[in-house]
Amino acid sequence: MNRFGYSLSKARVIDYDANNHAVAEYIAEKEPSFRLCIACGGCAATCTTGNFTEFSLREINILIHRGENRKPGSDIRKCMLCGKCILVCPRGVNTRNVVITAREAFKKFGINAL
Amino acid sequence: MTGNVIVIGGGTAGVEAAGQLARSGIGVTVIEKESTIGGHVRNWHHLFPDRRSSSEVIDYLRKQLKHDNITLVTGELISGFDKKGGSFRLKSSSGKEFHGDAVLIASGFDLFRSERKEEYGYGIYDNVITSADLESMFRDKSILLRNGREPEKIGFVHCVGSRDEKSGNLYCSKLCCITAVKQAIGLKELIPGSKVFCFYMDMRMGGALYEEMYREAQEKYGISFIRGKVSEVSENIEGKLVTKVEDTLAGRPLRIEMDLLVLMAGMEMSKDGEAIDISGKLNRGVNRFFAPADYHFGSNISNIKGVFYAGACTAPMNITETISHARGAVSDVLNYLTNKH
Repeated sequence: MNRFGYSLSKARVIDYDANNHAVAEYIAEKEPSFRLCIACGGCAATCTTGNFTEFSLREINILIHRGENRKPGSDIRKCMLCGKCILVCPRGVNTRNVVITAREAFKKFGINAL
Repeated sequence: MTGNVIVIGGGTAGVEAAGQLARSGIGVTVIEKESTIGGHVRNWHHLFPDRRSSSEVIDYLRKQLKHDNITLVTGELISGFDKKGGSFRLKSSSGKEFHGDAVLIASGFDLFRSERKEEYGYGIYDNVITSADLESMFRDKSILLRNGREPEKIGFVHCVGSRDEKSGNLYCSKLCCITAVKQAIGLKELIPGSKVFCFYMDMRMGGALYEEMYREAQEKYGISFIRGKVSEVSENIEGKLVTKVEDTLAGRPLRIEMDLLVLMAGMEMSKDGEAIDISGKLNRGVNRFFAPADYHFGSNISNIKGVFYAGACTAPMNITETISHARGAVSDVLNYLTNKH
């Protein structure tokens, strides 16, 4: 078979229907405040981890909600569970428990990039 | 038609309703806690969206009040009422009594006390002010830092005490976004060389000519809008206000130094409004404002026959809405008095 060196590039779109929403559903069931995020970024602004590494709870939250689990699955390790984000969140999301539950979910569904 | 109506509150809602009732032949007693009418409008310099001077509204209200059927009582704070038969007895904190056939509550709102959001440093850092403080600076036509210098970089923090579970206020105060846009433009006019930033969660431009003013702020005045909730503010050794926010659209945390930071204080149920109903007979919403009987068809009607609402004692409202709401209340009060006798 001839190989021309071409391949199909994966589309950039969020393939919402094909994505795995089990992680989001698992977190929302165990920590319902997960659904309340309005992506204001208050958590990320105060986050010590996010100030020094590429870690944004706002991004993780939105990506998991879209079923884009790959990056969050790897990023979620970085959180030190200090809980400053809980103090800021205007929607009262229990952010620390979201992180803990997300770690559980990634493990359960074998998505954790660890 | 005859009857006597007690209007509690001499702000925009109360005075507008009093004027309309008086012209319908009803006797009206307006009870205002301050020494003069006008309410919050008196503390504002100019108003969105047309930047009309607030004194024009005060003049309009004064004209409304000029009617033989209206008695204005100032310096009296109502603290409790009861109903006997078809008439109401209201007590003031100084011990006076007022009697009427119907009561119209127009007790308005309180501005959120911004020192409650301690992380923004109001009352701690010299150059963190509120939207109300800025209005009085506009009135003096002089925007100066505490050290007497003119600010070069100014930030507006939206949603201070609104849409914030930590403040206990889940609702949107509706007016702060457009007020920030209006004030940002006002600042650029007074200090053309300044750089002005608005930190917002969502720009809620739902009123007439709001979006147009937002466009003008970008196009004509070069005001920068950064989408993210400010998490905290601290003062550095040079007295600059280090502001931390996530630039959610760039996807990275952003740090910026400001000379002056303006907190857009939201609206809350007023403490004096709460005192009117000391025994808690009137229904209240989850937002703590008075809850009307029906949000569609009875937004001026309370759960007690003969007690009505006008204006921002039921929800955050701008002046246009307040005047409309007060006129609606008049229609309900007149209906009530007609069918009562």
